[in-house]
Amino acid sequence: MTTVLLDPSSEAVPAERVRPARLAELTGKTVGLLDIRKARGDVFLDQLEERLAERGASVIRYAKPTFTKPAPIDLRHEIATQCDAVVEALAD
Amino acid sequence: MSPTSSDPHDPTAKPTLPDGVVAFVKRDCPTCELVGPVLAALSKETPLTVYTQDDPAFPDGVERIDDTDLAVSWHHEIEAVPTLLRVEGGQEVERALGWHRGEWEALTRVSDLGPGLPELRPGCGSLSVDPSRAPELAIRFSGSKLTARRVEIAELEDEQEAFFDRGWTDGLPIVPPTEARVLSMLEGTSRAPGEVVATVPPDLAPCTVEKVAINAVMAGCKPEYLPVVIAAVEAACTDEFNIHGLLATTMSAGPVLVVNGPIRNAIGMNAGKNVFGQGNRANSTIGRALQLVIRNVGGGRPGEVDRATLGNPGKVGFCFPEDEEGSPFAPLNTEFGFEAGTNTVMLFPGEGPRTVVDQIARDPESLCHMFADALRHMLTPKMVLAFDAIVVVSPEHSRIFREAGWNREDFRKRLHELTLMEGDDLVRGARGIADGLPDSVRGNKIPKFKPDGLRIVHAGGGAGLFSAIIPGWANGEMGSAPVCRVIAP
Repeated sequence: MTTVLLDPSSEAVPAERVRPARLAELTGKTVGLLDIRKARGDVFLDQLEERLAERGASVIRYAKPTFTKPAPIDLRHEIATQCDAVVEALAD
Repeated sequence: MSPTSSDPHDPTAKPTLPDGVVAFVKRDCPTCELVGPVLAALSKETPLTVYTQDDPAFPDGVERIDDTDLAVSWHHEIEAVPTLLRVEGGQEVERALGWHRGEWEALTRVSDLGPGLPELRPGCGSLSVDPSRAPELAIRFSGSKLTARRVEIAELEDEQEAFFDRGWTDGLPIVPPTEARVLSMLEGTSRAPGEVVATVPPDLAPCTVEKVAINAVMAGCKPEYLPVVIAAVEAACTDEFNIHGLLATTMSAGPVLVVNGPIRNAIGMNAGKNVFGQGNRANSTIGRALQLVIRNVGGGRPGEVDRATLGNPGKVGFCFPEDEEGSPFAPLNTEFGFEAGTNTVMLFPGEGPRTVVDQIARDPESLCHMFADALRHMLTPKMVLAFDAIVVVSPEHSRIFREAGWNREDFRKRLHELTLMEGDDLVRGARGIADGLPDSVRGNKIPKFKPDGLRIVHAGGGAGLFSAIIPGWANGEMGSAPVCRVIAP
């Protein structure tokens, strides 16, 4: 005899999305740099910004309110509409 | 004279009763045995149908209908046997429970029933409400009100292994969540199974009362613990408590639950000896149920979104009640604006407790110095303001405060004073430790804790001059703040 048990999970089936293709080049592209607000993440991002500028990319800087919480939906939307690519930086 | 039903194959259809007098009996009931001859005599005087719950051959001398599957008893809400009904036009118009000559004569319109019997004899419980059978009967006859996906486990499959394989356990065995167990669990709350309790991170999945109940069964909870678990899930999933961040952190903390109010005693929690330890079912399973909800409904699993470097054993589940009765202080939940005596659960982002030993102090001042010294070194001796703590005071230490007439505020105020840190000790390189604060803090005094960063709880066994500190995690809007919720029935 089979036993019937109840599923304890959310039963959610995640939607699968195709990743956008990698940028072939950086010239003329806009790259977002998202500081998650860990200590000295800004130091790391400053370096990245310099390197990206050398390659012809323009950079927009963003920051999460706190590293302990996911980025607010408005911020994610802002980045998605303004940038061709984003670097989310973690440092400590 | 057999009963009719709109659909005899549908167990959820309520069977229609025949007109006349209808009796429900079982052999395993002395009162039913007693009235057997009365029913036999009655059947000669008036149309009588007898439904028998356990032995189709009982009672002698009457036409009986086998109700050993309890379908008729369950649908007609028979609670005791014998029960006598008067049915007219298919509708019940009168009901008598047990044996009571006057009531039976009035209901049957037959006089001189059971000469020689006592006037009155109470009956027994109907098998249809027997606690060991009621949940199964409810499933069969009511149609299920549960919506969770059914997982069929084959006869040769092991239930525990099946749940381990699906990633639905915390590494310990679980109680298999059968429909009957989950229905019993839901008896512990007045809330509807489909009601959404919270949106659970990290997957931000809506979590119904039913899903909480399933995970509470798995954790080993009893139904009366369910309201505490529901309140804990609500508290965990607030923006203030931020269970997402607490789960995702590389640090060791997890949710620590402190229960206040009469429910602590009503469900048999342990606030005394070995209060943080093993051995009490409510203490051990309530926190585990919350963690299983985070894991299974929220999708928060170690090695995935849970990035803890070390974790701590309390992440299986860490829940304890305050010893309010033995405390010299007002209960913890009064700090959150609740009246003493309110049932609440407070969630604190904390790690494992560490003991503070003081076997000499006989006055609050000395004891506060000892607590303060331990608190100053919490996490690192240079970390200030970013982490809260719970100070758990045990009875042999709290007696010192009681005898000196100190209240919660006196104690907390003194701890704050004694945990002011010298900036010179906190800067980078000070005391031979490279880590530290910028040089700008030199010459200043800096509090170790925010003004509301110390929570005081009374708990523990009656012998032992030991208290404890439960260190917190990134506090306030930056991380997680303690959240205290009412436990609703």
